[in-house]
Amino acid sequence: MAKESSRTISGEILTRAVWESFVKLDPRVLIKNPVMFVVEIGFAITLALSVDPLIFGGVRHPGQRAYNMTVAVILLITILFGNFAEAVAEGRGKAQADSLRKAKTDLTANRRKSSGNFESVPATALRKGDVVRVAAGDMIPADGEVLEGLGSVDESAITGESAPVIRGAGGDFSSVTGGTKLLSDELIIRVTVDPGESFLDQMINLVEGASRQKTPNELALSVLLAGLTLIFVIVVDTLEPMATYVHGSIGVATLIALLVCLIPTTIGALLSAIGIAGMDRVIRFNVIAKSGKAVEAAGDVNTLILDKTGTITIGNRLASEFIPVGDHSEQELIEAAVISSLFDETPEGRSVVDLGKEKGVSRARESYSDAENVEFSADTRMSGLNLADGSLYRKGAVDAIRRHVLERKGQVPDDLAGKTETIARAGGTPLAVIRGTDVCGLIYLKDIVKPGMKQRFAELRKMGIKTVMCTGDNALTAATIAKEAGVDDYIAEAKPEDKMRLIKAEQGQGKLVAMSGDGTNDAPALAQADVGLAMNTGTTAAKEAGNMVDLDSDPTKLIEVVSIGKQLLITRGAITTFSIANDVAKYFAIIPAMFVAMIPSLQALNVMRLTSPHSAILSALIFNALIIPLLIPLAMKGVKYRPVSATSMLLRNLLIYGVGGVITPFAGIKIIDLLLTALGLAHI
Amino acid sequence: MINLWRSLRFTIVFAVLLGLLYPLLITGIGNLLFPWQAQGSMVVWRGRVVGSELIAQQTTVPWLFHPRPSAVDYAGNASGGSNLGPTNPALIAEIRRNLHVVERQNPGVTVSSIPTEMVESSGSGLDPDISIPDALIQLPRVARASGLSRSYLAGLIARYTQGRVLGIWGEPMVNVMRLNMAIVRRTGR
Amino acid sequence: MTVAGSIGIVAVIAVVLLLGIPLGGYLHRVFTGARSWFEPVFDPFERLLYKLVGVNQSVRMDWKAYLRALMLVNFMMMIFAYLIFRLQGMLPLNPDHIPGMSWDLAFNTAASFITNTNWQNYAGEQSMSYLGQTLAITYLQFTSAATGFVAAIAFVRGLTANRSDSIGNFWVDFIKIHTRVLLPLAIAFAVLLVGLGVPQTLLGAQTAHTLQGGTQIISRGPVASLEAIKQIGTNGGGFFNANSAHPFEDPTAFTSVLEMVAMGVISVALIAVFGKFVANRRQARVLYVFLTTILLVGAFVVYANEAAGNPLVHQALGIAGPNMEGKEWRFGPALSSVFVAMTTAFTTGAVSSMHDSLMPLSGLVPFLFMMFNLIFGGKGVGLLNIVMFLIITVFLSGLMVGRTPEIFGKKIEAREIKLATVAMLVHPFFILVPTAIAVATKAGTSSILNPGLHGFSEVLYAFTSAAANNGSAFAGLNGNTVFYNVSLGIVMLLGRYVSIIAMFAIAGSLAKKAVIPASAGTLKTDTFAFGAVFVAVFVIVGALTFFPALAIGPIGEQLQMLSRLAGH
Repeated sequence: MAKESSRTISGEILTRAVWESFVKLDPRVLIKNPVMFVVEIGFAITLALSVDPLIFGGVRHPGQRAYNMTVAVILLITILFGNFAEAVAEGRGKAQADSLRKAKTDLTANRRKSSGNFESVPATALRKGDVVRVAAGDMIPADGEVLEGLGSVDESAITGESAPVIRGAGGDFSSVTGGTKLLSDELIIRVTVDPGESFLDQMINLVEGASRQKTPNELALSVLLAGLTLIFVIVVDTLEPMATYVHGSIGVATLIALLVCLIPTTIGALLSAIGIAGMDRVIRFNVIAKSGKAVEAAGDVNTLILDKTGTITIGNRLASEFIPVGDHSEQELIEAAVISSLFDETPEGRSVVDLGKEKGVSRARESYSDAENVEFSADTRMSGLNLADGSLYRKGAVDAIRRHVLERKGQVPDDLAGKTETIARAGGTPLAVIRGTDVCGLIYLKDIVKPGMKQRFAELRKMGIKTVMCTGDNALTAATIAKEAGVDDYIAEAKPEDKMRLIKAEQGQGKLVAMSGDGTNDAPALAQADVGLAMNTGTTAAKEAGNMVDLDSDPTKLIEVVSIGKQLLITRGAITTFSIANDVAKYFAIIPAMFVAMIPSLQALNVMRLTSPHSAILSALIFNALIIPLLIPLAMKGVKYRPVSATSMLLRNLLIYGVGGVITPFAGIKIIDLLLTALGLAHI
Repeated sequence: MINLWRSLRFTIVFAVLLGLLYPLLITGIGNLLFPWQAQGSMVVWRGRVVGSELIAQQTTVPWLFHPRPSAVDYAGNASGGSNLGPTNPALIAEIRRNLHVVERQNPGVTVSSIPTEMVESSGSGLDPDISIPDALIQLPRVARASGLSRSYLAGLIARYTQGRVLGIWGEPMVNVMRLNMAIVRRTGR
Repeated sequence: MTVAGSIGIVAVIAVVLLLGIPLGGYLHRVFTGARSWFEPVFDPFERLLYKLVGVNQSVRMDWKAYLRALMLVNFMMMIFAYLIFRLQGMLPLNPDHIPGMSWDLAFNTAASFITNTNWQNYAGEQSMSYLGQTLAITYLQFTSAATGFVAAIAFVRGLTANRSDSIGNFWVDFIKIHTRVLLPLAIAFAVLLVGLGVPQTLLGAQTAHTLQGGTQIISRGPVASLEAIKQIGTNGGGFFNANSAHPFEDPTAFTSVLEMVAMGVISVALIAVFGKFVANRRQARVLYVFLTTILLVGAFVVYANEAAGNPLVHQALGIAGPNMEGKEWRFGPALSSVFVAMTTAFTTGAVSSMHDSLMPLSGLVPFLFMMFNLIFGGKGVGLLNIVMFLIITVFLSGLMVGRTPEIFGKKIEAREIKLATVAMLVHPFFILVPTAIAVATKAGTSSILNPGLHGFSEVLYAFTSAAANNGSAFAGLNGNTVFYNVSLGIVMLLGRYVSIIAMFAIAGSLAKKAVIPASAGTLKTDTFAFGAVFVAVFVIVGALTFFPALAIGPIGEQLQMLSRLAGH
């Protein structure tokens, strides 16, 4: 799905959007958008006027009907453009929803009866707490938690990622999603949701926009737009009585044209499209936002809490140096280290072998096929090989090795403690290597900060966002990594409660906090945070607690989500400003045109030198309609966000959308007027 | 209810304080320190109040200086301007009338030398001051009618001329009542 | 235009700023409970007043309680004034035997003075007894200014509160503003004015036997005590019909400057108070720079047009010079012009020249200043309007920096926008709708003095002045009819209280919110860039709302005048 969504708007979406534009003309739908609803009322009135121009009294003029009809048609087009913008934005979501629905249809489940036998039921009959059995090749019928078994699951229907993932009982990899396919083995799963509430259902609702609610800021903006509309309704309604004072009459169609030009139709038409497109951009990043509010909140985040491992550093520590101790040479140490790690499949172990090879020491596994591999255990905290000749090679935590050596009456070289300390202070993890009871030296395991992180944190700082790194490491190590990565603050030896405490403390100061997490013990913090990004690989508890789920399980995405949130708000502000700024030129087109019959001197205000009163009014109205589709791409793509200071960003955007918004319509209206004149329509 | 009672008490207490005690206090202090100003800068001549130095009065006789035109006929109890708008033909008509009066009363004056303040009505209708050009235009007439010499009158004007406050506020002007009182005292009329 | 005149204009405004800004420091101390040097005088006096009124100093009020008390006492005082106006013919202190007012005029006048508008459909020297001038007019000139002032203080407290309900104690604030600010200033200024020629007497009108043998009845009375608070409280309702053009109200150029300073200082000081409350001097400085610039531009637009004179007069009659129709010579064109700008910027409404006789473009300045209603603005209300437009500006520009908008660390959400929109709607609604009704009906048009577009301006000006609680007039319009008395009265009341209620509700809702600490991503409102946006927003919104009406009024008149000149 994710891959599909990244392609551009297809012809199919457009066709559907055109159809939708007409469906949305239904006043019951349109009333939710007061600005466009006013336009529709205007359309209805002018339509009536083009049938009988004298409904509201007045005197018959030649060409009146044609003029009213023209106004009515332009108004209709204005509404259709607005509907179209919304439909296009929704269209992409609908297409995604359809492909998701395919994954959902016709699922059956093997439900365990109370007797312990299994029965085949439709997936829709499953309830929370039911237990089902899924065999290799079957679709998993509902969201749930693995009780027994271990198997590989194809989750591409949801994540778009084709590589299968391992799901098994216990731990943080036990959650499975309905609509995904079990490729191997057999799983016993406890269903955790009722029908209609599953992750897939939620996603369908989200991408389709069915559960879309106006976000707080969108609501506030709608109120402002409605208020502006009301002001202009007052302005326009009072014009006719004022005109009677100067012994004239303006005509209802012209008044409606003025009203529609003045009310913020541009932003009114594009507002919901901007919101939907913002959500859609998040989805294209393979992040599912459970509400638009979360995306909006992301733009406001003050504090970002990131786990060190996997987010700031690449998941594993790698060997970066060999440090011999006592009278051992580096060569001896490397040999011992490589042998001890030869069958160690952990990334740390592999990195030791790789570093050894780099330094010119390599050993073939075949020549040690008779050796016994000793795996790492929490008890011994060391691993290694027992060779056939009886010699033991081990590497492990320094204190564990020390104890091991001392218990066997071995000698610990004097410089071990000092060199261990040096590595720890540098933020690394020291591993001691022994051959028998002979301590050869230390392996310096280093946390590797992901490339580009430092720069991204610098950007965040410019946006005014503080980054806090959470790690289980000791303070010394944490400080070093924090410095290397360029985060503002860190919590060392962090327990889940510490994260919670930090979030609450920041929120207590009125700040908004974002965090990412995957484990069950992250769930309370994810729920507490204003933006909680849960990893899709994480537990069900975590996914339920967060308000966003990252399907790629990449915690650094939080940073992109913040940018998208900001972009969403900027786009809204920019188009609103543009919309209001446009009114200045429209006034200069329409006011002289309206009053020129009564106060000929007002012709001096016709600074654009528009051909005739009718051409002036129609040009303004046509410009007003055309600007909507012209801005759809901007609404969909969003205004570019760059991390600079708030004031310079304000100035930049004001220059483009404010000043630009004042100037553009002067040119646009003039051009349309020239075209109308050239086509001989100026005196319609 | 308690607020209602408190509001009522406030209304009465403060009405007495601000509406009675305060004005009475100022009346007391004012009359003590500045009795003449406090009663309206009234000018007394031969035991009778002839007007206020601050209030222009109807003056049409040729031997006195005339104040600026008044839209309310110098009614000391009904101040006001003409309120005629700048594009109102009635404004032009009014100014034209005033212009003719000036021309008739001061023969020989050239229209282009007549300053606007001399023919346009004041805001209060009681403007007690005239500009120096205004006074100088009237000077020959007053001299002729009063029998006082031109140089004497020019000296009077110079003596009573008040410049701008601190050189920046207001306009150079002369108080008509002071000028006329000087003439009255000198001629004994 | 003369050099002296131009310097004079700049100097007046400079003096207002130089006195107003330090005064802000004092006002801030008063309303944060700091003690002053005069505590031995103030303290026992206030204790007495608290006792007489029955005030418990320790009570804290939330916005609703504060507002309720404010509204109630205003209502009570309005009734009180209404009764005085109706009954003044039977009451003492009436040496000139002035009868009681009709019901509609009494309603209009009571509404006008309780709302700090001071629109006058009566001529003071003919229709108001000395008791009315003191016990009703002078009294309300204190309390209406105080009402606006404490509303602003309470609002700012709400704006800066952190998760709190309390915005102070109305009664304590309301009494302190009188005892520590308005009364001392008024006493000092009134005595000064008497010394400079403003009458203060209980003697009736003086009959004078004029030099050429006629009689002149010269009205006088307790003028100085009224004049002082009329200016300090940005009231503007004069003792006499001609207001500050009357030589008894404003006898010299110097008193005129003093009156301008008096009406400006407290409004100017309030910006400094605001800066101190939000603990951001830069915020105050940015507002000062922009508002002062607009005020200066306005004053010079008026001055340029007035000094250039009326071209129609020049063309028809061959005389040249400044437009002196409706002006007093002791002020001259420059001081008259800056008075026009200031009285509408500070929403005082006192006039030292007749606005109806201003050139069309000069007339546009008072129109715009009243329509904006925040170029410093009246006692407190100006600050409320400034904050209202700051909220709208922050909302639009806050979005453009990619954050949901906040002002002084408080999030602006649907509720605040809803209320600010209501406050923003008050103006267009109460100006345009009644104007439209008036110009389309006989009841409305029969009061118009000047023909053509200028007549339209008279009506538009009346309702603009009433809605903005300004009180100045294109005085050719005869407002003393049942239609205008009632309609203007209602507009004044709604224009004032609807926006105060809306702004109080905003204060209440903001007070409860937590303050979000500023970060690099926060939109700074104390920069000149933001100040420019603020100006652009209120100018564009104001212009968009009123442009059509102004096009029929002063703009149309100016263009007509130009084409008439060209036609000859």
